[in-house]
Amino acid sequence: MRGLIGEDILTEEGEFIINMGPQHPSTHGVLHLKIWLDGETVKRIQPNLGYIHRSIEKMSESLSYRNFIFATSRMDYLAAHVNNEACALTVEKGLQLEVPQRAKVIRTILSELTRLQSHQLWWGCTGLDLGGVTPFFYAFREREAIMEIFEETCGARLTQNYMVPGGIMYDVHPNFQKRVKDVMIQIKGKFEEYDNIMTGNVILENRLKGVGYLSKEDALSYGVTGPTARASGLSCDLRKSNPYSAYDQVQFDEILDTGGDCYARYMVRMREMRQSVSIIEQLIDNIPEGDFQAKTKNVIKLPKGEFYQRVETPRGELGVFIVSDGAASPYRIKYRSPGFSNLSALPIMAKGGKIGDLVAIMATIDLVIPDIDR
Amino acid sequence: MFLKEYFGTIYKSVKSLLIGMKVTGYYFTHLKEIQTEEYPDNRATLKMFDRFKGEVVMPHDENNEHRCTGCQACEIACPNGTIKIITKQEILADGKKKKRIDTFVYRLDLCTMCNLCVVACPSDAIVMAQNFEHSVYDKKQLKKILNNPDSKLMAGVE
Ligand code: SF4
Ligand code: SF4
Repeated sequence: MRGLIGEDILTEEGEFIINMGPQHPSTHGVLHLKIWLDGETVKRIQPNLGYIHRSIEKMSESLSYRNFIFATSRMDYLAAHVNNEACALTVEKGLQLEVPQRAKVIRTILSELTRLQSHQLWWGCTGLDLGGVTPFFYAFREREAIMEIFEETCGARLTQNYMVPGGIMYDVHPNFQKRVKDVMIQIKGKFEEYDNIMTGNVILENRLKGVGYLSKEDALSYGVTGPTARASGLSCDLRKSNPYSAYDQVQFDEILDTGGDCYARYMVRMREMRQSVSIIEQLIDNIPEGDFQAKTKNVIKLPKGEFYQRVETPRGELGVFIVSDGAASPYRIKYRSPGFSNLSALPIMAKGGKIGDLVAIMATIDLVIPDIDR
Repeated sequence: MFLKEYFGTIYKSVKSLLIGMKVTGYYFTHLKEIQTEEYPDNRATLKMFDRFKGEVVMPHDENNEHRCTGCQACEIACPNGTIKIITKQEILADGKKKKRIDTFVYRLDLCTMCNLCVVACPSDAIVMAQNFEHSVYDKKQLKKILNNPDSKLMAGVE
């Protein structure tokens, strides 16, 4: 039997191929997995991308340095702030622009809120993928409170486009501090509820423990980053190793686990949420006064050269690479997205396991498809 | 030994499930803490945040005057070509010729609500409205002309 892609699709005796996606509910988007099965055992997986390619990189070549950032909100739509920040930081690097301290702190707070809401959504969806609908609603209750912060200050819930080269687009809303503090108190009280409902649950433990093992070596060689790699014991938190914005002014722990299985990835994210709360609490009372945006020229032109900046999104390392030929729009932009590299390790994690476990593995890698396929 | 482990597992499992059910049970008896917005029914009381980016509009005052000078800064700032400004020459009272806007075309179907046009405008002529119910039956209705018919430039805006 010949499939669609490549030469190596000839199946052995007894194997059969099934297609998971592109419209499978547990792939969180339009990811197409071609799975070679022997009974219920996964023998091989081939991810097939391209269903949501919007040509963001190419499109950016014809946009100015102010304009191209809006499109990155649509890459990893659960971490729009972090994506926007990465682009803004790269442009600032090219301009050698010093960002006001106020903007740095606000950027950091918003990035951590983004991480928190992204992990909350992931927590809810993991419950959903493993067969429990209830956590989804609990996760969305607290996430909604964070969304309201975004909505009040930035004017949008997902595609904020709030970080601009030089700082932030406009100053935070007068209610910002109070609202963030209230939400932090609310969320801190709910972590216990999260643990009661899911973490200690016997069904969850049976579904996740020992499933989808990823060794530290594999994580390193596949370029896996973020909580997925940290659960395998690979230290890769850019907030610690290459601090940007105001991360050098706060105390927090890099969460590491050595389990390497789905449960370790689950626990890393659960503990990261608490770290995010602690970072926000350290900064929220210390937002310095001053400008929220550095002065930039009307038309931004980067000097000739290549600029690279990486940031830690909720899913891992996002790199923005700009090649400039001195004109008002970039010559070439390349995004190194965390999802793409994390997905590349899915075949080795799922190999030899059952097809039911594949859903658990995908849930704990926390894939966002538009990020993989730009 | 085996039996002890066997029953131990059962005990742990049932306990973990009961702990989870306790949370659900708590909300079952504390209905006040449930936060559900019943959207189409709460339309009358639903208020969006002031900064919510719903749609670009051009405010006019009571004399049907707006602040747009036709400088086209917003058109250049827009990443998607959502805005198209058509200008005309107008002869003022003192006989001088001046550039004025004829039509400010705004295509809601292309707009990504990025707010770049609003921050680019030097005379604060356009703002974001909080309306978010944009669905219409005909695509043509999404192409809007933001300046009112026969509207004028506000005095003192350059
Ligand atoms: S909000 Fe953005 S997309 Fe919409 S008209 Fe303004 S600049 Fe263009
Ligand atoms: S809306 Fe503002 S930026 Fe656009 S043409 Fe009018 S004055 Fe210029």
